[in-house]
Amino acid sequence: MAGGSRTNGTNGVNGRAVRNGKTATVASAPARIDVRKTYKLYIGGAFPRTESGRSYVVSAADGTPLANACRASRKDVRDAVRAARKAFDGWAGKTAMNRGQVLYRVAELMEGRRDQFADEVAVAEGLREPAARAAVDRAIDRWVWYAGWADKITQILGSSNPVAAPYFNFTIPEPTGVVGIVAPETSSLLGLVSRLAPPLVSGNTVVLLTSERRPLPAVTLTEVLATSDVPGGVVNVLTGRKAELIPVIAAHADVDGLDTWGVPEDLRVEVETLAADDIKRLLRRPTRVEDARFDWLDDRAAERPEWIAAFLEMKTVWHPIGG
Amino acid sequence: MAAMATDTSARVVPVGDRSPSSWGLGDGQAIPWEYAPAPESRDIVAIRERYGLFIGGRDVEAEDGGTFPTVNPATEEPLAEVARATPADADKAVRAARRAQRRSWGTLSGRERAKYLFRIARILQERSREFAVLESMDSGKPIKESRDVDVPLAAAHFWYYAGWADKLQYAFPGRVARPLGVAAQIIPWNFPLLMLSWKIAPALAAGNTVVLKPASTTPLSALLFADICRQADLPPGVVNIITGPGEIGMRLVTNPGVDKVAFTGSTEIGKRIAKGVAGSDKALTLELGGKAANVVFDDAPLDQAVEGIVNGIYFNQGEVCCAGSRLLVQESIAEPLIDKLKDRLGTIRVGDPLDKNTDVGAINSRAQLEKITELVASGVAEGAELYQPACDLPDRGYFFRPTLFTNVAQSHRIAREEIFGPVLSVLTFRTPDEAVEKANNTLYGLSAGIWTDKGSRILEMVQRMKAGVVWANTFNRFDPTSPFGGYKESGYGREGGMHGLHAYVRLEDR
Repeated sequence: MAGGSRTNGTNGVNGRAVRNGKTATVASAPARIDVRKTYKLYIGGAFPRTESGRSYVVSAADGTPLANACRASRKDVRDAVRAARKAFDGWAGKTAMNRGQVLYRVAELMEGRRDQFADEVAVAEGLREPAARAAVDRAIDRWVWYAGWADKITQILGSSNPVAAPYFNFTIPEPTGVVGIVAPETSSLLGLVSRLAPPLVSGNTVVLLTSERRPLPAVTLTEVLATSDVPGGVVNVLTGRKAELIPVIAAHADVDGLDTWGVPEDLRVEVETLAADDIKRLLRRPTRVEDARFDWLDDRAAERPEWIAAFLEMKTVWHPIGG
Repeated sequence: MAAMATDTSARVVPVGDRSPSSWGLGDGQAIPWEYAPAPESRDIVAIRERYGLFIGGRDVEAEDGGTFPTVNPATEEPLAEVARATPADADKAVRAARRAQRRSWGTLSGRERAKYLFRIARILQERSREFAVLESMDSGKPIKESRDVDVPLAAAHFWYYAGWADKLQYAFPGRVARPLGVAAQIIPWNFPLLMLSWKIAPALAAGNTVVLKPASTTPLSALLFADICRQADLPPGVVNIITGPGEIGMRLVTNPGVDKVAFTGSTEIGKRIAKGVAGSDKALTLELGGKAANVVFDDAPLDQAVEGIVNGIYFNQGEVCCAGSRLLVQESIAEPLIDKLKDRLGTIRVGDPLDKNTDVGAINSRAQLEKITELVASGVAEGAELYQPACDLPDRGYFFRPTLFTNVAQSHRIAREEIFGPVLSVLTFRTPDEAVEKANNTLYGLSAGIWTDKGSRILEMVQRMKAGVVWANTFNRFDPTSPFGGYKESGYGREGGMHGLHAYVRLEDR
């Protein structure tokens, strides 16, 4: 679990070496047989396999098979939502500064695993090493950027309101609740972190569905989350078939908000229609923006306080003065 | 219909004797004295026989010449014939709004937009009584509310957002706020002019143009507002108003030329509207139903609380999305509080909306009266105990007695469903935890009330109650500077304050 997978000589994922972003199965028998990782779900702070017992083969960008990932089921979604709901009061109830520190701690732990993440991102996305490293570094920096928002949101997005009556009137943001996130399909780690950090920093708990084709870096991120100070259940991560799982998340009555960034075009109308049934808050990727072309390295485009605001509820209080 | 309401009560409530010597106002007793009528004059407003649609600055007939009547709910008499927009008319209004957004309003500086909005606010103030009388005639709300609440607040809303039009850069630091384009706005019948102002003022301030559809039972104040737009020399097409049935609203929602949809109304229709924009890039804000808890602790100032509870549920005949329809009383004070409430109900004056003494006017429509009557009957059938004061109701018109239910269980329909009428359900609790649990035990989350003498308890309850507006030791207060909107299935987005602007802009990098 410790950082620095480069030390054992075979970089990459499960013994598949990485050279210039291409994978190659090591031809001759290595001096040492690798201990391969089982990629599991992350629900309620634990790493269960899917209750369905199903898996699917994840391949590298060049088509080389890398590993089996869990093919989560409807029941796994429900378990994840239940875990997220259970964790909500505790997470939302932490002080803002504390939440900020917890997010910052995630950045600290990722920093120690930069090589491992870079290898996995390179293999998953077919990137050359410098590009993969840039994505990982930026993902770490993104945690830091959002961590700093924790204790500023209320001051930026709240207000005190000069009403024409003897009341102290103020408006404060509160987290919406359980937020479903359909992570970007293309950017397996940086894109995912860019969607995950905003609802998290304000106190929401999350059920996240990873990229379907590139789930492995996300699973490794859950190992970071599990050893960080993010309480179990605050972030729950599922891998599997989008067409199967997204409608389940969108229709789940205990999911309060949904980030639809990674929803495939052909599911968009169905998902938003399902979400309307219980007035879910939606954060929708504009139709003119293509997931595959979005530049997550561009801070101006990919760091937005509006994405925090998307899963906040404004509470206005009329407190009497005198009398 | 009035007879129906009487029947419901007569079956259940022992109507006390109305002896003038009785000042005790016990159970079911009416006020033992008569009020002299104090009618507001209707002369100030000239209601036309026929109203067209307001599209592109002109008063136009519906494409097929169709009309429908709007009725005074207090007399059941038709007030005017109003154009029934066709889908083609809705599309035409969107095109007019688009043209105006491109050519006039969207290119105007914020400073100039501000001046138009200030003008509108001023003219609304100047013509306030005219609007108040018309509003009461068309909607059934008491003149003292339309005069003292609806119209002044509507003017204040335009005033508040006028000042924002040229200061958007200060509302969104580090961001450039651009208008969304054309806003389709659909408003309900409970606060016709006030909801119009909540919709139009921020939209225009941010540089959008609008197509507004008022409710089909209350179109007249919006059509009179068209006259204000003309008086203010607002460029044609900046505000368009079309009247007609609900399908016309849906046509606006799905029109591809619309960039933003804002809806206030029932949760059921809100869900249909959210589905109507599914898959598009349209921005959406929804202000939907509610079932607010009004929580009274044992240290609350009881007499003040009684006034607040009455205002919370009988204001505007209870036809208020944020009405305090569930009263949660701490058990130790339940008995005295309910006694006081019943006494107070006996002094509520129900009747002619244009009478300046009237507290509770007419229910907005026959359909709404039937809905209230049906839900009240369900309360009785499910075993809650009904109380209504023995006030006289007018012979004609849609009236309903102020109603109070005790022995209400959380599972009763009257404790779960939005009644949108003068019907209060009383439940009790022992501990603050139980109060929070019960208050939050609803799919809605629009508003809540807390009554206690203790500031720290107010703030703790504020923190724990899932509601967009929390009133402490007051209820049903509104202000243009104060954001309003719901949690959960009460909707999303806020109206009022800086937050209300956010619903009408697209933020870009500097």
